[in-house]
Amino acid sequence: MKTAGRQTWLFETEPAVLATGTVAGKLESEGPLSQWFDVRITKDGMLGKSWEVDEQGLIRQATETALEKAKLTPEAIDYAIGGDLNAQLTGFYFGLRDFGFRQLGLYSACSTMTESVALGGLLVDTGAAKTVIAGTCSHTSTAERQFRFPTEYGAQKPETAQRTVTGAGMAVIGNTGSNVVVTAATIGEVVDFGIKNPWEYGAAMAPAAFRTIQAHLHDTGQHLEDFDCIATGDLGRIGHAILRDLFAQQGQDPGDRLTDCGMLIYAPEQSEVFSGGSGAACSSLVTFGYLLEKIRNGTWKRIMVAATGALLSTVTSQQQESIPSISHAVVFERRGRVQ
Amino acid sequence: MNTKVKDEKLSYRQLVDRHRPARPMLKNTVRAFLVGGGICVIGQAVQTLFVRYGGFSVTDAGNPTVAVMILLSVIMTAFGVYDRFGQWAGAGSAVPVTGFANTMASAAMESRSEGWVAGIGGNLFKLAGPVIVYGVVSAFFVSLIRYIVTHIT
Repeated sequence: MKTAGRQTWLFETEPAVLATGTVAGKLESEGPLSQWFDVRITKDGMLGKSWEVDEQGLIRQATETALEKAKLTPEAIDYAIGGDLNAQLTGFYFGLRDFGFRQLGLYSACSTMTESVALGGLLVDTGAAKTVIAGTCSHTSTAERQFRFPTEYGAQKPETAQRTVTGAGMAVIGNTGSNVVVTAATIGEVVDFGIKNPWEYGAAMAPAAFRTIQAHLHDTGQHLEDFDCIATGDLGRIGHAILRDLFAQQGQDPGDRLTDCGMLIYAPEQSEVFSGGSGAACSSLVTFGYLLEKIRNGTWKRIMVAATGALLSTVTSQQQESIPSISHAVVFERRGRVQ
Repeated sequence: MNTKVKDEKLSYRQLVDRHRPARPMLKNTVRAFLVGGGICVIGQAVQTLFVRYGGFSVTDAGNPTVAVMILLSVIMTAFGVYDRFGQWAGAGSAVPVTGFANTMASAAMESRSEGWVAGIGGNLFKLAGPVIVYGVVSAFFVSLIRYIVTHIT
């Protein structure tokens, strides 16, 4: 493996995304990307005995789907890499415990997806693993109770709020065997511009996305125009507008290629989605379900996904601490013919 | 922290301020007035029914009226309606009896999976607790002031 600059890995063997599995919750299944998801949950409310069990079910089902599509058994997977938003990563560890995987749990909030794919790509590229499965899950009700209020509590949320996505997305990454490959990853630094309001994730995370995208371009000597699409994790509509201003301040205009997973997953007119989606599953559902499919089917050749994470906890926000954020970027490209 | 970083943070916060949608104060106030007032009107109607048909005195009708309002709020919470109603109504849905019942019912529902004692027992007052704590504390100080004032004069 080669490196570029201070923080970019270049995967010379070009690990391939063999297959993806996506499971979308009800509201996500009613959104604009509905047709792109493998499994759509249509039932409202709790399916199992707790929201936590439901969330574990999401990642289990996404994993089963991804394995099935890759025509692999769990034994063929060397490592499972991923995480979720629950304390102690119970979604990831409990959800996958029956597969017998060797598991590497990660936490970087909503940027966990790109961190997982970056490390998965690294393992495959360096030969430390032949095949890995990477991804995340999140559930609006487990996130609400951990980070905010009980689900049924009647408090009014501001327009800057974002809705935690219910769903899970997993990707099987191996040596070869697909026309979608992972070619580079840029690991982000923690950025803190002093935003304290936990209803303003978009504003807290926009500078992290900006730094990581700039770092990638700087490290690799490329330009915004070298990508067909640059998707940030979950800045939402408001964070996205802030990010565009940050680019404009540097005299850069990303144009239509700059988009955001939190913006794509819901239509603005859906109920209580506010500024858009967030949560560890937001970028994995959108990337694995939709963005990679656009590479596979020939619409795009080369994209960057820069998922963003707000690294707060309820304790730190009650202690009036500001919200440090992070963003990791991964580059996906098409190799070979359109499928 | 050097001044350059400080300036950068300050100018960023000004950028964020420009993008933050203004709170719809007028809309929120009107809705809160209508909904909060509406809930009180329903309460008044319930009380009047107790007085007229239940044979209660106006004072005695207070307790069963509160019980009915709590029941209505808890039913709405249980059916998953109160939170949506709260998003629409804002402060209007926070009127004491129904709002308080919602905080307790929602906390109880949320914690049901952790069992009756540690779950519901331990979390029932999670949101309502501060209201009770500061209600009691302020009542104590108000009573203390009243006691001192009445005994000095």
